[in-house]
Amino acid sequence: MEVRRIEALPIRSSDDVVRVRRQAHNWASELGFSPVDLTKLVTAASEIARNTLEHGGGGSARVEEVRRGVRVGVRLTFEDQGPGIADIAQAMRDGFSTRRGMGLGLGGAKRLVDEFEIASQAGAGTKITMTRWK
Amino acid sequence: MTTSRIPQLLRQHQAALLDAWVKAQQAALTLRRDLLSDADLRIQSSDFLRSLTEACQSGDLGDIQGPAWAEVREFLSGVSGSRASQGFSPAETATFVFSLKQPLFSLLRREVAEPAALVEETWTATVLLDNLGLHTVDAFQKSRESIITRQQQELLELSTPVVQLWTGVLALPLIGTLDSARTHVVMESLLQAIVDTGASLAIIDITGVPTVDTLVAQHLMKAVAAARLMGAECVISGIRPQIAQTIVHLGVEMGSVLTKAKLSDALALAFQRLGLAVAKAPGRA
Ligand SMILES: Nc1ncnc2c1ncn2[C@@H]1O[C@H](COP(=O)(O)OP(=O)(O)OP(=O)(O)O)[C@@H](O)[C@H]1O
Ligand SMILES: [Mg+2]
Repeated sequence: MEVRRIEALPIRSSDDVVRVRRQAHNWASELGFSPVDLTKLVTAASEIARNTLEHGGGGSARVEEVRRGVRVGVRLTFEDQGPGIADIAQAMRDGFSTRRGMGLGLGGAKRLVDEFEIASQAGAGTKITMTRWK
Repeated sequence: MTTSRIPQLLRQHQAALLDAWVKAQQAALTLRRDLLSDADLRIQSSDFLRSLTEACQSGDLGDIQGPAWAEVREFLSGVSGSRASQGFSPAETATFVFSLKQPLFSLLRREVAEPAALVEETWTATVLLDNLGLHTVDAFQKSRESIITRQQQELLELSTPVVQLWTGVLALPLIGTLDSARTHVVMESLLQAIVDTGASLAIIDITGVPTVDTLVAQHLMKAVAAARLMGAECVISGIRPQIAQTIVHLGVEMGSVLTKAKLSDALALAFQRLGLAVAKAPGRA
């Protein structure tokens, strides 16, 4: 996979969540994503960015324009040094939330993108990488 | 370093310096005559020179952060604040201080005969005015930021209008990002309007909301539930196809919430609920 451009953004406030969303939106629309693909990517970005802020206690996001062969896409990486997730399978399950949320963010984001990877350990923070291809 | 003669020269030549400085400002391309009258410019300049002269007498010329400079700093912050709100650019604002350089340098050239001393004094004056200029730009920036914050606050309230479409029917057209702060304002104004008008149906239109994620969905459901408790049914309209698809993939179930693709569909539903029919007036084409 070839990375064509990168933008790193902090996630410290809900304004930052909006900024990450906008960045993903701008690059995806420059790549010619359809309205549906665009909305899916931006919504997934919103979910994970907000998890980084609310559950991870803040962190950072990396937005990348990527190319693999003839395909172009946007890859998003979120990282925090928060409490981490002890049981990933449980956290991914729809309806599971430790915070009166809908518990749909993680599972939903995974369904909205083409590639989804999560690495997390209790006490060691969380890293999520997801890609949506055009 | 020998003691600078600048404090003494400022005191002695204040009037002449003021004249030269005001002239220099009036000649500058960055002067906004549309925003600042000659009389005001003269008053501002004379006030600044007076407070600068005073500060120089006791303060260190190389350190404007000291207590002797408090009044000068405050004055410049005030000028920056008023210019920021009047619509001056940062450059136009900073020119106020920087334009004093030329007349001050001329004064030094006339009064300081010894070349080495002249270089020294000119350097001191440069550093002093640069620091004061930077302070002005900083203060300008801070004022702009606080103006923007205030405008955002005002926009927050402005952008959540509840309109009565018909007796008993309210519409809440949402536009923009629904962060938690805004959702709170939105929900409150909706509930208040339901109480005030006794409406039995409220249409929440989300055509202008770019992203509907689990948080927004949850806020919307809460608004619907709260409205129900007040005796009003809600219809969510303006769900674009891409939003509908995304909500389904997210796994959000809108449950018993009434949804319509367009605001006009929602209004038609409202008329139906109220037992009203819209008909063409007889005799019209
Ligand atoms: N970055 C993170 N750090 C620590 N825990 C996390 C992180 N992301 C998710 N979790 C845990 O996983 C759970 C499920 O996350 P998910 O996003 O699915 O639901 P939620 O955030 O609770 O609610 P919502 O549906 O509003 O997103 C969270 O409640 C939290 O306990
Ligand atoms: Mg979440």
